[in-house]
Amino acid sequence: MSKKDMPIEKSHIMMFARSIGDPNPIYYDDDHANDSEVGSIIAPPTFTQASAQFDPDYFLRPKIDGKGWFGSGKEPTGAKKEGSSSGGDGGGAAMGLHAEQHFEYHRPVRPGDILTPETKPGKTWEKDSKRAGKLKFSESVTEFRDQNGELVVTAIGVGVQTEKPVEN
Amino acid sequence: MLDKTKINVGDTHSEVVVEDLKRTQIVQYAGASGDYNPLHSDEIFTTKVVGYPSVFAHGMLSMGLTGKMLTNYVGDASLKKFGVRFTNQVWPGDTLTSTATVMSIREEDGETLVDLNIETTNQDDITVITGSAVALAK
Repeated sequence: MSKKDMPIEKSHIMMFARSIGDPNPIYYDDDHANDSEVGSIIAPPTFTQASAQFDPDYFLRPKIDGKGWFGSGKEPTGAKKEGSSSGGDGGGAAMGLHAEQHFEYHRPVRPGDILTPETKPGKTWEKDSKRAGKLKFSESVTEFRDQNGELVVTAIGVGVQTEKPVEN
Repeated sequence: MLDKTKINVGDTHSEVVVEDLKRTQIVQYAGASGDYNPLHSDEIFTTKVVGYPSVFAHGMLSMGLTGKMLTNYVGDASLKKFGVRFTNQVWPGDTLTSTATVMSIREEDGETLVDLNIETTNQDDITVITGSAVALAK
């Protein structure tokens, strides 16, 4: 296994389906799923997003090595002060928002699969907006391959860094 | 799976995918997905440091909720593609309605594919997601 490999487990699929409020038994009930046309439990279409759990360096998870975390603790931000920047210390990392997400499905994701994600940077572009100032978009393309090297899901994400919080 | 003899271009399928979204559900999504960005759970950080009026949902939670409508309509393991743009934020208290519209039905490599337009709106009729999907039909 590479260090970011995502072993697909039934309990994780069930928790994920619950979090999106989806009661479909194909996501947790072996008896229902095994008797269905699909033949087994499968993962919901957006499940590979949870591959973040398996990235040891994922920047949006508090680390266990005491390196600090920018969310509130005793103070509104736990980020260590290193000079000041607009939006407040620690705000910088949080100004990144998800602009677009696209999935291509080559086959369903099933418990027992071990998916290896490989991410490549895609296009970058800029745009001015009234609601959030200058926007910097960047695309990343992640291919999830299974234990046999077969492509299972292609995920294309577009992130945006905003100059200021989006006005609503 | 969609039955090509029973669908037509222009058909729509609509579902309320969440009512009065709770902060706890957003926290649940953070735990399941692994995205612990404090913007989604930490009201103090989000209001005092970043300057948003409250925490808000992960875009991917909105997409997951939208996907529930989609899989209910097209069936399990039938999606070929699903893509969205996040056009507005989703806040605690929002009620979201997702709609799929059949745009075309076509044959490709011996398969019947259905192109769908996707939209999710909130209780004020503001669009929070626009997108498209391709589903297999029989």
